[in-house]
Amino acid sequence: MSDSNERGYTAAHRILEGKSAVFAVLVTVAILIGGIVEIVPLFSSTLGPEHLAGVTPYSPLEVAGRDIYIREGCYLCHSQMIRPLRAEVMRYGEWTRAGEYAYDHPFLLGSRRLGPDLQRVGGKYPDAWHYEHMRDPRSTSPGSVMPTYAWLHTATYDPADIQASMRALQKVGVPYSDAEIAGAPAAAQTEAEAIVGRLASQNVTAEPSREIIALIAYLQRLGMDGRAALAAQKPAEAP
Amino acid sequence: MQHTGVSAADETRYDDAVVKLFTIATITWAVVGMLVGVWIALEIAWWPANLGLPWTTFGRLRPLHTNAVIFAFGGNICFAGIYYSMQRLLKTRMFHDTLSRLHFWGWQLIIVCAAITLPLGLTQSKEYAELIWPIDLLITVVWVIFAINFFGTIAIRKVQHLYVAIWFYMSFVITIAVLHIVNSLAVPASFTRSYPIYAGMTDALVQWWYGHNAVGFFLTTPFLGMMYYFLPRIAERPVYSYRLSIVHFWALVFLYIWAGPHHLLYSSLPEWAQTLGMVFSIVLIAPSWGGMLNGLLTLRGAWDRVRTDPILKFLVVAVSFYGMSTFEGPMMSIRAVNSLSHFTNWTIGHVHSGALGWNGMITFGILYWLVPKLWKRKELAHPGWATTHFWLATTGIVLYTVSMWAAGLTEGLEWRAYDDAGQLKYPNFVDIVHQLAPFYWLRLTGGLMYLTGVIMMAVNLTQTINGSAPARLPATLATTS
Repeated sequence: MSDSNERGYTAAHRILEGKSAVFAVLVTVAILIGGIVEIVPLFSSTLGPEHLAGVTPYSPLEVAGRDIYIREGCYLCHSQMIRPLRAEVMRYGEWTRAGEYAYDHPFLLGSRRLGPDLQRVGGKYPDAWHYEHMRDPRSTSPGSVMPTYAWLHTATYDPADIQASMRALQKVGVPYSDAEIAGAPAAAQTEAEAIVGRLASQNVTAEPSREIIALIAYLQRLGMDGRAALAAQKPAEAP
Repeated sequence: MQHTGVSAADETRYDDAVVKLFTIATITWAVVGMLVGVWIALEIAWWPANLGLPWTTFGRLRPLHTNAVIFAFGGNICFAGIYYSMQRLLKTRMFHDTLSRLHFWGWQLIIVCAAITLPLGLTQSKEYAELIWPIDLLITVVWVIFAINFFGTIAIRKVQHLYVAIWFYMSFVITIAVLHIVNSLAVPASFTRSYPIYAGMTDALVQWWYGHNAVGFFLTTPFLGMMYYFLPRIAERPVYSYRLSIVHFWALVFLYIWAGPHHLLYSSLPEWAQTLGMVFSIVLIAPSWGGMLNGLLTLRGAWDRVRTDPILKFLVVAVSFYGMSTFEGPMMSIRAVNSLSHFTNWTIGHVHSGALGWNGMITFGILYWLVPKLWKRKELAHPGWATTHFWLATTGIVLYTVSMWAAGLTEGLEWRAYDDAGQLKYPNFVDIVHQLAPFYWLRLTGGLMYLTGVIMMAVNLTQTINGSAPARLPATLATTS
């Protein structure tokens, strides 16, 4: 490595190698440029992700359900991103708009589909389907390789946790009002009872306090705002 | 290339005790991380292996596998390699022994915390950045300790010029700090739960800027630095080209950081950002192959030894896999290719050709060379086992990547297959999942072979360390180098 016939940039670089602080500063500058150029414009309204009118924050019970979805690592096998490709739209529905993720902290796009995409799973199946599917995936999807999630039917969610989550989400920019946060436990209870009522009509007996109810609330919400907003955007195309 | 062989003075001048600790940790976490990998591979092939327990489902163990392999196995070998080589390259002891110890034990504490929290479902969900915020803070503290020790050692160096390995280490220390802090910014809701300050696509881009560069600056630059130190020493050949090392270093550290958006092609990330990610990913072939060529050409004149020396075998295959996966990655970043490969097992195969082929193989080569040197053994307890390990690992990687290519192409093509009426040919997702089962079993076989090799290595190196084949270097040999 000690070439004696150094010239041009190698000679200059040899000098740089003797100046460790300058070297470290140059490395820092080199690695910062790309990130700054790509990330900073995303906070601008013109260059950043597009907005979609009509998308609203998750309800208290959906927040609890989303936390369960994260805890169980559902996003490691299920994506929430329908690509604008013909086969994807046929299989999963309208491709995903950036504005649909407006209140997703963290994002849950996923990187792999061991199972199908869930971006528009909301409203696709009845509540009882999800209830049975988590207990035994093969009862509703023969041949599925999904693990069983039977503990969701016995474990309970904590209404105080929902409030703590909403308070933190409020700090990162989700427009929850203080009144909404204060009323979150009651609101979650109301939502849960509605789901339990629907389950009862589908011959499933369930407790409103169970984690599975919160997860169903979240899953049934997925893609609904986007679907409604996109439908409102193109009324002319409706037959 | 400075030549600093084992001399009696080294034993007091250099702190090799901390290198030994990092070495033992590398071997231990290799077995743990890859065992979990084999387990979750079994879970995909045969779902009852999830055991019906919350703590052992794929969704909770997968982050444990990735964190254990990247940060426990990969991290510890990087620290072992850096602490060993930088003391010799700079002809000085590490800046501060206490900082070295705090770095070691702090890092192991992080790993143990990860191993406890991830199966409990405590996660921030960002891939390779799952650990909850209190552990993130601990990582920050330990990284600052490492950085002080690292730059302190550079400050007290007795060699004026920084060798190319040190440049790569420097980019590792600086960039990981920046990535970790920016991607981990979050507001806590409780001691175990927090929400990132970014939302939606912005959060996705920040994450994949982090995620891609965790590959770039955790699994690439420190390993390239180790290649630049260990390969010339083991092959006893000078580095092929100094000019090439300058050009490819600066190009690599500048270009790598831009490539993150290739993880979000066809997402709703603004088009301009997707295009930047794709273009820079393709350009990245040049500096990546610069490093591969500089490594392979360093072996000129030593190729005859590759036939007989298992350590050189590991290094050659490692650098070759580095070249292959840094070709495959840019190809997968082309939008048309990505439309087929994204979300499929192809990506899993790609990652493993890099992790098993490049990071794993170069680590094994270094360990087989380093352990007898550190513990002053004449040779390995079972020299022949290293060759067996090499062939098990190489065959295992081939089975792994080929089966995942086949699985990825199968599912990618079937997701978009139409029947004669223009409808989806496989409207039921599960029908496609079924066809992947043979590939999953083949992948499991490859993984098992790779793990078997690692266990053989662990036994071999443990017995070498314990002196089952005791023989200190003869004094005459030890002082000449």
